[in-house]
Amino acid sequence: MFSNTRAILLCAVSSLGSIVAVPAFAQDFITVASTTSTENSGLFGHILPLFSEETGIEVRVVAQGTGQALETGRRGDVDVVFVHARSAEEQFVAEGYGVARFDVMYNDFVIVGPDSDPADTRAAQNAMEAMTAIAQAGAAFASRGDDSGTHKAEQALWSAAGIVPEGAWYLETGSGMGATLNTAVQVPAYALTDRGTWLSFANRGDLTITYEGDPVLFNPYGVILVNPERHAHVKAQEGQAFIDWLVSDAGQQAIAAYQVGGNQLFFPNAQ
Amino acid sequence: MDGPFLIALGLIASGDPALTDIIALSLKVTLTAVSIGCLIGLPLGAGLALAQFPCRGAIVVAFNALMGLPPVVAGLLVYLMLSRSGPLGDLALLFTPTAMVIAQAILILPIVISLTRSVVEDLWAEYREQLRSLGAGRLRAVPTLLWDGRVSLVTGILAGFGRASAEVGAVLIVGGNIAGHTRTMTTAITLETSRGSLGLAVALGIILLLITLSLNAAAWGLAQSARGRLG
Repeated sequence: MFSNTRAILLCAVSSLGSIVAVPAFAQDFITVASTTSTENSGLFGHILPLFSEETGIEVRVVAQGTGQALETGRRGDVDVVFVHARSAEEQFVAEGYGVARFDVMYNDFVIVGPDSDPADTRAAQNAMEAMTAIAQAGAAFASRGDDSGTHKAEQALWSAAGIVPEGAWYLETGSGMGATLNTAVQVPAYALTDRGTWLSFANRGDLTITYEGDPVLFNPYGVILVNPERHAHVKAQEGQAFIDWLVSDAGQQAIAAYQVGGNQLFFPNAQ
Repeated sequence: MDGPFLIALGLIASGDPALTDIIALSLKVTLTAVSIGCLIGLPLGAGLALAQFPCRGAIVVAFNALMGLPPVVAGLLVYLMLSRSGPLGDLALLFTPTAMVIAQAILILPIVISLTRSVVEDLWAEYREQLRSLGAGRLRAVPTLLWDGRVSLVTGILAGFGRASAEVGAVLIVGGNIAGHTRTMTTAITLETSRGSLGLAVALGIILLLITLSLNAAAWGLAQSARGRLG
């Protein structure tokens, strides 16, 4: 019974598929789950055409939070994941969903806040102190609250400082980096953001970087091929070609060459 | 920052191919979804108006309620169906325009069904005796009633179009907002908002409104001229 229903459904949906015209020229493509911060920074618009020109492989990027991107990979809905939450990525590989993790590049997180700096984070000696100062002053802080790489980095900072962030000052937006920054501008509130999104963010209002430079704010990006042993349809060859290119000299130089307003956003660090 | 209206005008004047692609894809997806919604919804709605069977009331209420189905829920359901780990994963439809058509058609269907049912019910009550005296049974009356109610039905179909073209939650989940492939007007607006390019986001919104306005004006014009001929 079920298999019959399923066959009919398959038929109905595939005939529907033929209604919506498929592009006339068949082209190799892979689908990559990446993060909103990478997409928002404009990096893909710069490097992907270079890769496609060299290999003839089109790269389709779905931008999600790191948590959602890894889940999309687990379900086998993409060929490659390109995210920034090292421990979650290592777990993804250890569970057999990914083949191997490669270092690609890093940028760093910065704390942005109102120019008046009510919590005096500019005086902080390290990132932990800056976060503690915000909590003690009860100054508004806008958190992603979406299990993204940035959210995980923020939670790691709170727990390192021995703080459980809660109260009226702690605002969980449950949205992407850009939406969270838009909220922080309006409140105004402090927020943890990756430098790439911040530099290419247009609606900064009164917000400015109030703390930066602690090595714990290092934000490494990794790229992983989804395991074809778990999901047989994964385009392993094309996906691996993309990974190989990212860590090659050509890919690393393309990443280093991407600038916004004269600032380099990402620093290649492939081994 | 330039005003959004200036940006919108500049965008339209520039004929930017990326923008025209986005507009073309939005229209293609939504119009396909509306066509599918009508193909299924008009006969089903008319049938529901004229048929008599147990639980009919419950079904009517269910379709009325589904008009308020949150798009993001429709998107999530389609996502789980089309995901590689879902029952229809072999079709490889996730993150394609077809997936977006399916999600939008699900949003449009209840509107078309409910509105058709309501229009046909009223017409049937009005013309029942007349149609019966002409020897038309309930089934044979369906095309006549649909044709008679076409002006009201167009309003319902436009409401369906509006719901589909304006929503972002469903197409974002099942389409993935992939540049040049599944990026529509609404997902582009979401992206530009998240980049803090609020002017550009509003400009895209203005263009979307202009498109919806012209379609509605065209439909209204057609309805008026149909009324004129009838009168």
